[in-house]
Amino acid sequence: MFAWHFTEMPYPNLPPLDTLSTMRVSLPSSLYDPKIGADLYNRYLDEHMLADDLGLNMLLNEHHQTATCINTCAPLSAAVLARQTSKGRICILGNPVANRQDPIRIAEEMAMIDCISRGRLDVGFVRGVPYEVFAANSNPTQTVERLWEGIDLVSKAWTTTDGPFNFEGKFTHKRAINLWPRPYQTPHPAIWITGSSDLDNIKRAASRGFVFATFLQPHTKVKWMFDGYRSAYQDTGLPGGGGTAYMPLVFTADSDEEAEAGARELCWYLDAKTEPQYRNPPGYVPVEFNVQALKGAFTGRTDAMRKQSIEFLKDQGVLIYGKPDDVAKQIKRLYDLVGGFDHLLMMQQAGHLDHKRTSRSMTLFAKEVYPQVRDLPRTQPMNARAAAE
Amino acid sequence: MTVTERIGNVVNVQGIDIEVKTLGSGAPIFLLQGEEQLEEGSAFVADLARTHQVIMPSPPGFGKSGRPDWMTNPDDLAYVMLDLAGILGLNGAPLVGCSLGGWIAAEMATKDDSRFSHIVLIDPYGVKVGGPFDVDIQDLWIQHPQKVAAMKWFDQEKSKRDFGAMSDDELTVVARNMESFARFCWEPYMHNPKLKHRLHRIQTPTLVLWGEQDGVASAAYGKAYAGLIPGAKFATIAEAAHYPQIEQPEAVLKALRAFIA
Repeated sequence: MFAWHFTEMPYPNLPPLDTLSTMRVSLPSSLYDPKIGADLYNRYLDEHMLADDLGLNMLLNEHHQTATCINTCAPLSAAVLARQTSKGRICILGNPVANRQDPIRIAEEMAMIDCISRGRLDVGFVRGVPYEVFAANSNPTQTVERLWEGIDLVSKAWTTTDGPFNFEGKFTHKRAINLWPRPYQTPHPAIWITGSSDLDNIKRAASRGFVFATFLQPHTKVKWMFDGYRSAYQDTGLPGGGGTAYMPLVFTADSDEEAEAGARELCWYLDAKTEPQYRNPPGYVPVEFNVQALKGAFTGRTDAMRKQSIEFLKDQGVLIYGKPDDVAKQIKRLYDLVGGFDHLLMMQQAGHLDHKRTSRSMTLFAKEVYPQVRDLPRTQPMNARAAAE
Repeated sequence: MTVTERIGNVVNVQGIDIEVKTLGSGAPIFLLQGEEQLEEGSAFVADLARTHQVIMPSPPGFGKSGRPDWMTNPDDLAYVMLDLAGILGLNGAPLVGCSLGGWIAAEMATKDDSRFSHIVLIDPYGVKVGGPFDVDIQDLWIQHPQKVAAMKWFDQEKSKRDFGAMSDDELTVVARNMESFARFCWEPYMHNPKLKHRLHRIQTPTLVLWGEQDGVASAAYGKAYAGLIPGAKFATIAEAAHYPQIEQPEAVLKALRAFIA
């Protein structure tokens, strides 16, 4: 099992949350202090460098117009880490290809980072969460189509080495596509895809040999999705050989009291406030879901985990916390409950959790937990090349 | 015999199943409802149906009409509605459109207005009259639902819909209408940059009616819109916002009947 350090790079220094109607999309930037922001950026990058020193991998994502995540351009932070770290893998999960106007620009950015890092890059592609369509002005009814057209185009651009080709798709039109540089890895970096309910999309990713990742979901649902993935996985010769990835909130501490306190801090992420119109833009979910929403039965994807006790979240495998041996035990339990998984994506920092406590938790995990779970077996047959190595 | 008695309530237009509802009998009126399709159950249509055969097609993506994947904007919908008018053999009927339906009607009229005796547009979307930083039409998707209701309705009590009392079939139409509205109007937001430069082609007598308190698009916007259509008359309806035909059916019917008489 591969372990990854993750933070959304939040800007938590806000007025009391009950005085705000939303932390996303329309929160005025007068509430952002650039000096605090500068400290936060450098601190979060330092923590990724610590992760690299500790033998962990580095996971990055991006969001826009939100205090929950100031990493607005993940390729920029990935580029910093490509140069400032030396061992761990770097994964952007992901590039919001459905929300970016030019997939070829993404192909170029990823190829360049892959070269600078000497092949340590994994490339995620995401459809983007609902509220992202506002900042990007993407039509919410077409993000899945845009995602797959973008992936097809980026893959083709990475692997075409004999001169230019033209592309006339539904969303993108380009001429004389001829990527310089091409990626360091062959045929190209591993591709990761995220999902939370759409089994067809998960199987589509599996059939192309991509890694499938899901976040903060109850373990029964994770198993359902991972089983779907495993049933459809095909080895297509990509580096890493596909696999499944799951993100819980993780806090490792020296005592039970500190662990619980840290776990509560991490739940800041689950309490992030968003006005209702940003949570479910028209057409983002299928009509059947919106029929349920009109009946009041569906209120958005993350609501199931909001306002739950930490004990409930722990039982669901969404929140993992405790002393090192307890954390290892919870990871093994989760591993068994979901039929195994390959990548443990750990949100080890959220909200006000400061550098000292974050780095202590990371260090304890790396030194005392990781050795206990590192050898949990891969859940998919490795591809021929990776197995041979 | 009404249109639907003659050819049924689903008409195949170039491979797309188009739902057509008809109420009343008499001289036909081609009515394009707003994006929420509130008109079909309203006093406005019930009263109009006392004297006319009100033909209400659902454009692609709305009601139970099909939505081909290639369609991206109201300009596409206008061609289908024009084809439908041809299939129905409409000649000399008034064309009435409300809100998004008004936009589609305006698009239709710039292409071919020869079938229609009169055009009545009620608070239509469709053109941009201001500059890039001007908000001609309030963004209905980035604001809190309560604020949107306040913009759309003079009397917000009238905005309330009892979704709990609706069947799944009815709710599917509601959800689908919301989705298709976004599919076709997301970007460019609520307008076709070309339409402003085509409205001069409309030769048919046109009346533009506007809710005096329309908070989505102001009466000033409506007046500027009407000014782009040769000879168009413009009138406001008091104590009404974006849906005057629902809030003040009598005043709208009076203006409409006087115009098409």
